[in-house]
Amino acid sequence: MTVIATEGLSKRFPRVTALDRLSLDIAPGVTGLVGANGAGKSTLIKILLGLSPASEGKAAVLGLDVASEGGAIRERVGYMPEHDCLPPDVSATEFVVHMARMSGLPPSAARERTADTLRHVGLYEERYRPIGGYSTGMKQRVKLAQALVHDPQLVLLDEPTNGLDPVGRDEMLGLIRRVHTDFGISVLVTSHLLGELERTCDHVVVIDGGTLLRSSSTDDFTQATASLAVEVTDSDAHPDGTAALRKALEGAGIAVATAEREADGSPTSTRVLFVEVTGDPTYDAVRDAVAGLGLGLVRMEQRRHRIAEVFRTDSATAGPSPGARPQPSPSQPAVGEPAPRSAAPHSPAHQHPAQQDAARQHQEGGSGDVA
Amino acid sequence: MSPKTQAGDAPGARQAPRGAAPAADVIHNIGYRHYDGPRLGRAYARRSLFSQSLRGAYGLGRSAKSKVLPMLLVGVMCLPAGIIVAVAVATKTDELPVEYTRYAIILQAVIGLFVAAQAPQSVSRDLRFKTVPLYFSRPIETTDYVVAKFAAMASAIFLLTATPVLILYVGALLGKLDFVDQTKGFAQGMLSVALLSLLFAGIGLVIAALTPRRGFGVAAVIAVLTISYGAVSVMQGIADEQGETGAIEWIGLFSPITLIDGIGSAFLGATSAAPGQFGPDAAVGVVYLLVYAVLVAGAYGLLVRRYRKVGL
Repeated sequence: MTVIATEGLSKRFPRVTALDRLSLDIAPGVTGLVGANGAGKSTLIKILLGLSPASEGKAAVLGLDVASEGGAIRERVGYMPEHDCLPPDVSATEFVVHMARMSGLPPSAARERTADTLRHVGLYEERYRPIGGYSTGMKQRVKLAQALVHDPQLVLLDEPTNGLDPVGRDEMLGLIRRVHTDFGISVLVTSHLLGELERTCDHVVVIDGGTLLRSSSTDDFTQATASLAVEVTDSDAHPDGTAALRKALEGAGIAVATAEREADGSPTSTRVLFVEVTGDPTYDAVRDAVAGLGLGLVRMEQRRHRIAEVFRTDSATAGPSPGARPQPSPSQPAVGEPAPRSAAPHSPAHQHPAQQDAARQHQEGGSGDVA
Repeated sequence: MSPKTQAGDAPGARQAPRGAAPAADVIHNIGYRHYDGPRLGRAYARRSLFSQSLRGAYGLGRSAKSKVLPMLLVGVMCLPAGIIVAVAVATKTDELPVEYTRYAIILQAVIGLFVAAQAPQSVSRDLRFKTVPLYFSRPIETTDYVVAKFAAMASAIFLLTATPVLILYVGALLGKLDFVDQTKGFAQGMLSVALLSLLFAGIGLVIAALTPRRGFGVAAVIAVLTISYGAVSVMQGIADEQGETGAIEWIGLFSPITLIDGIGSAFLGATSAAPGQFGPDAAVGVVYLLVYAVLVAGAYGLLVRRYRKVGL
């Protein structure tokens, strides 16, 4: 079953082409729609809601044709706009109740659903206060609540993390994830930040200049390149435990790197080793090496590479031209391949550690802009 | 609506039967519940928007502060009617001192203030706070939104203008004035304020929908209503002075209130408020009706066009 399907979808305005023969197939789950400003994200959402006719091509949402069944689509779909859209002088409850009724819910159901939905998005006592006094994070929650209040089968979230501080951003992303896992509602979330989508989305679609740049599952982007962060203590026998471990691991044929920065841009200690995971034996090898050296294991945690790194190598090899189509995901090498370094360096799944470091530094500030 | 277990929900849970019973080991289930009840669709949403907007025009469901002005204006609008009735009953006249059709024309400034305050309240807020896209991402269409807002504003003005007419009528009946006469006048008065409500709502909403700034909207509505009336009155006065009484009825076409007054005097037996009572006769009255129809339809068309543009 597909939630959104477009076929050769184009939208031309007198002076610009917003969408150019876009063909997409989006399955249930959380899907990230990534693109720089002006890539055609908002135009696509408008067409999907049946509010703007496509110049050519077809699109269906939940199996309903956007051209002829817009009303039915809008009854089953929730939409959270990018911009501020809340009147400041009414309370969240009043506002969401009104919006629920606008979606066709009878008065009593509208009130009941509003109370439920506001609780689910994390608004409690403050929901009776006028929205004008809310923080940005709370306003975003109200916006999300009005998109969910009529229990849609799909929500379209346009830049839901805009204007939020890092904590608020994390909370919003967690909430979006829950919309799917706990509420069973499919999500299409747009962003121009790649970094934040990889934690949230099952699938990422990248558009640029109205054309499809790439569409594949987040696992394809990141899981195949999993690495392990390992930090150990020093001991009398090994005054520099990190170096000793590194030597031991490299001796066992395992790729090890250090990074000056965390993937999110915060400085990290050189004591953290990044071990390339090539399969379950890697974990055992690390454990055995640490135990063998008699060191204390401070941490050993799973890390994922950033989607942005994948794109970085893509653009480095395929060139930044918008029409370039990177290799489809099925052709990627299997995860368990023994020698990652020997794999083709331009394959998105495997990177040279030096490239990863460069990518991490490149990502300073935590943003992973496509462009 | 049946509760849905939260634990172990795999992605794609939507495909799971919605009414799945909670697992036996779930004690506190405050998880997400799906909505299986009715979805009442477009017509219901339009009605809801209508009632919300109508209530909003009188500050109901809004802050106490926003109730002050509309309620005050209702009071100002009804007070003279009450006094007139009291005097009529006390002096036992056989006729009310003010015609039913004339009452709203006399108190037009109050109606103008109400429109100026409430039309921007009704539409500018949605534009200013960009709430409009939220409406249009729901089942209703542009025309539904415009119809609901238009009808709500017209009804709000009708309530304001019809209440004093009703007071006059009830008072007249209590004063034992001639029933047939009074009922006929009352019906004419009601029809006249209904026409006035529709026209003022259209003009007020079109002006208010042009700007997301409420203050501009208020000022613009007042300006259009008073300047047009002022200009028409002055022109009519000059025409009267110079003996060009034939022109008076034509000049009256150019302001909303004189337009209503003209229709009233042509068809509803009203005494014209124009200088020298040179209101239009039935033939010119048809032109008045035409202009009226064009204005109301034009207002509707402009609103629909405006919202096609701002939607999402």
